Amino acid sequence: MSTAPTETPVETRSTIGQSVPRVEDRRLLQGQGEFVDDVWMHRTGHAHFVRSPHGHARIVSIDVSRALSLDGVYTVLTGEEAKEMCAVPFFQIAPAPAGNLEEWPLAVDKVRYHGDAVAVVLAETRELARDAAELVDVEYEPLPAVVDTVKAADPDAPILHEVVGSNVAWHGTYDWGDIDFALENADHVVEIDRLHFHRFSSTPLECNGAVVHWDPGTNIVSISSNNQMPMFASMVIGPTIGVASNRLTFSSQDIGGAFGIKIGSYPQIAALALLSKKAGRPAKWTEYRTDHMLSAGHGNERTFLDTKVAVQKDGTILGFKTRAFDDAGAYLHYEPLGAVIWSQVSCGCYRLKHLNVDYTETLTNKCPTIPNRGYSRLQHLWLTERIIDIVAHELGFDPVQLRKLNYVQPEDYPYETPNGCVYDSGDLPRSLDIALELIDVEKWRARQRELGHGSGKRIGIGIGSTLDSGTNNFGQARIVNPDLPFSGNGEACFAKLDLYGEVNVNLGTTPQGQGHETTAAQVVADILNMSPDQVQVTAGFNQQQNTYVAFSGTYASQFAVTGLGAAQGAAEKLRAEIIELAAYALQADADQIELADGMCSVRGDAERAIPFIGIANMIYSNNAVLTPEMRDRLSLNCRHVYTPPFQVPDPEKKTGNLTLTYASQIHACVVEVDEETGEVKILDYAAVDDCGKRIHPQIVEGQVHGATALGIGAALYEAFEYDETGQLQQASFYDYHALTALDAPDIKTGEIESPSPFTPNGAKGMGEGGGAPLHAICSAIQDALGPEDAVVYDSHNPWERVWSLVHSGERGEPRGVKVTSK
Amino acid sequence: MVDAGTVQAIEFTINGDKTQATVESRQLLVHFIRDTLGMKGTHVGCDTGSCGACSVIVDGKLVKSCMMLAPQADGAEIETIEGLSRGGELTPVQQAFHEEHGLQCGYCTPGVVMAATFLLRRNPEPTEEEIRRSVRGNICRCTGYVNILRSIEAAAQASRAEVEEAA
Repeated sequence: MSTAPTETPVETRSTIGQSVPRVEDRRLLQGQGEFVDDVWMHRTGHAHFVRSPHGHARIVSIDVSRALSLDGVYTVLTGEEAKEMCAVPFFQIAPAPAGNLEEWPLAVDKVRYHGDAVAVVLAETRELARDAAELVDVEYEPLPAVVDTVKAADPDAPILHEVVGSNVAWHGTYDWGDIDFALENADHVVEIDRLHFHRFSSTPLECNGAVVHWDPGTNIVSISSNNQMPMFASMVIGPTIGVASNRLTFSSQDIGGAFGIKIGSYPQIAALALLSKKAGRPAKWTEYRTDHMLSAGHGNERTFLDTKVAVQKDGTILGFKTRAFDDAGAYLHYEPLGAVIWSQVSCGCYRLKHLNVDYTETLTNKCPTIPNRGYSRLQHLWLTERIIDIVAHELGFDPVQLRKLNYVQPEDYPYETPNGCVYDSGDLPRSLDIALELIDVEKWRARQRELGHGSGKRIGIGIGSTLDSGTNNFGQARIVNPDLPFSGNGEACFAKLDLYGEVNVNLGTTPQGQGHETTAAQVVADILNMSPDQVQVTAGFNQQQNTYVAFSGTYASQFAVTGLGAAQGAAEKLRAEIIELAAYALQADADQIELADGMCSVRGDAERAIPFIGIANMIYSNNAVLTPEMRDRLSLNCRHVYTPPFQVPDPEKKTGNLTLTYASQIHACVVEVDEETGEVKILDYAAVDDCGKRIHPQIVEGQVHGATALGIGAALYEAFEYDETGQLQQASFYDYHALTALDAPDIKTGEIESPSPFTPNGAKGMGEGGGAPLHAICSAIQDALGPEDAVVYDSHNPWERVWSLVHSGERGEPRGVKVTSK
Repeated sequence: MVDAGTVQAIEFTINGDKTQATVESRQLLVHFIRDTLGMKGTHVGCDTGSCGACSVIVDGKLVKSCMMLAPQADGAEIETIEGLSRGGELTPVQQAFHEEHGLQCGYCTPGVVMAATFLLRRNPEPTEEEIRRSVRGNICRCTGYVNILRSIEAAAQASRAEVEEAA
């Protein structure tokens, strides 16, 4: 090893803010990634689930004999058998009576949605497992289904879970300020009959999967999966299948996209654990795309009724009142947390003072929902943006000026909303200006005037203002159920110096393309003053090797704060130990020690230096040189848990600081609407992001692109729809049109950086994007409509719906909106 | 009644290696590549020929390997993602995806890289529209395609520069 002295003072490196090469790329580009279907074990059997063809039905009988008679079929597990192997049903977040509903790993007695799993087969090959699943004979007695969330809340609706007594999973009224006073005294009241946010999913390209082995020798249940929130899965599954959390071990390396959807694979994982136990061999499950569409979890659908908005003459919007009905599907997977999570962004980007939301979460005969990118906030933000545009449209305000007037202003930060959330930083008016400049709004306004209405083509210009709230305070769970013992948040990181002085880092996160290996290395490298490629960050997550807390995982726009906050803390602890050991070895004061590229030296005396291998040597293989006290205290194995400064929210008033950071995205788009066909073409698109300090700008821009594309797809092409018997109409990529390269516009990006004053690095979590394209495209379609036309009432606008809107005025259709002015 | 079909012997070349195997007549080529040959770089995303994650090159043509049966590969020359960067050196296409951040989770990536490689072999100077059309059969849920298109454009430019330098 070299101890060559440095001649010049040590330079401080910093890669934060630079787009260093992504570490993950090499393996992924060469087909060397390790995704869940790439995992094999000896004696593995392939699992295939038997699913309900009905939306709602009683299970009369299940006969597995024909399936078992096939050579190579190991076993079949039915719902009833699975229940017998379980200790308790899955834990419910909802309070009683919805909290009393029983969900087991497989359906028992009844199926409640098209795709509900009633049994699972284990066989020698994946083809054979699928064959055998077809030979499981299930007799059903179909029941009436309910697929509309508002109808589901009706006391006369068919009930999914008899034990609950109704389909209402949660109901509560959020009331901040005094909306009735505001509506009574406002210059204008705008009333909107019905707005509907549709059901869709980010449909990660890699479907769910798991290889689960209930090891009879150790009684350890090992789970290789692509579940993105394994600690949550562990806490739900463990008590149900009767396995202590220290005997459940999750692992994943590369995950092929998740977007929240992969939080939802825990019921299947529980079933696979029982299947493995019964068969005495590992059970491997790789979901087919149709199974994924049917049962992997959809985003939340929400209907807003009787919205009333209080507006002053000058355009100041005082607030609004609405009745929200959210559709959770057939079981409560993570719900009813969505019934509070929307309130992180209660006011959207605006200085609203009075809000009243009567919120009902219902159970319907549809696939259970799961937190899809932008979870529960994008529905509410869409409502807020619809309100702004409809108010502008009805009262003749310029949508740009109306937004600027009502936005939270740069000097208002930190801005406290009426429900106690604190918006940390930002500059919304400037973001909007940049977005409008990127699309050259003046040019398009001129073109819009030129084309007018009736020429065959119309131009619409739309804006989507949105927030991407990140780093949840899990205490908000108490607003839906005061008995839940949850609050705060956090992530863990472990940093160590290895035997020969190498730097190793691992985290509790489960990345799905966000570049955690790259950015965590940047943070640690900066603190140890070395190059990121000298820091090895463990790829993926392995519960037996990585450190974690119960909040660990990758979800809800928080890694830049929690994950990198933890990495920063762990690296600082490691740096302090290295410096102490170097000072001891070099007989210098700690504050004289400088680090550079894996070398510790005494400031101004470059001859006195020791490399990291020498530091490691003192701890691992030469510890008699240390004092007993140092041997006891120092380990070069440093763990840090980052915890945000949260308090427990107030469940009575439904107030509190629910998230630490608020990244913003302002989108602007130009569409061309074909009057004859209703086709909407995107002519120009810009997204301006403000996520505070950007650690790796290229990764941030990639996230902006991705969130934008998913939103555009949802706005124009992607929807999950059920017929009245509960049949899903889009169960493959033939019917569910995922955005392709031919549909995707070129997305112009702009950014400003308003560092968060509340985070260790000034960064804000981002990536979910807040559904801005849904807002912006609806806004643009609204802009293309005439004063006699109906308002844009749905978040999904395929050709036929747009055609109806464009011709609604001339056909004398109800407009769905009413204005009362003083 | 289940009919698993017959079993048959096939012979083919994969990434330059001559290979023989016995396959079920109903097995999909992608499952044969993944499960039987153990080559995990070719992915499955949809089972319906919609997403292109399983794209490989068979006898010089870009093929979705979930749309082809393994026995149909008898006598064929197959090229998969593992065959591109021999010796660990990235091809210009792969290098461009790395530099332009043309991938995030990496699941669609092998199929996209095969499609881009196929395009540039046939058409070294593609127009923007040709680039867009070359990946129309590949679904990516992470990138919004923006950086995928940039990557292919950059790879085309790099290849042209290389050719010019050599000339």
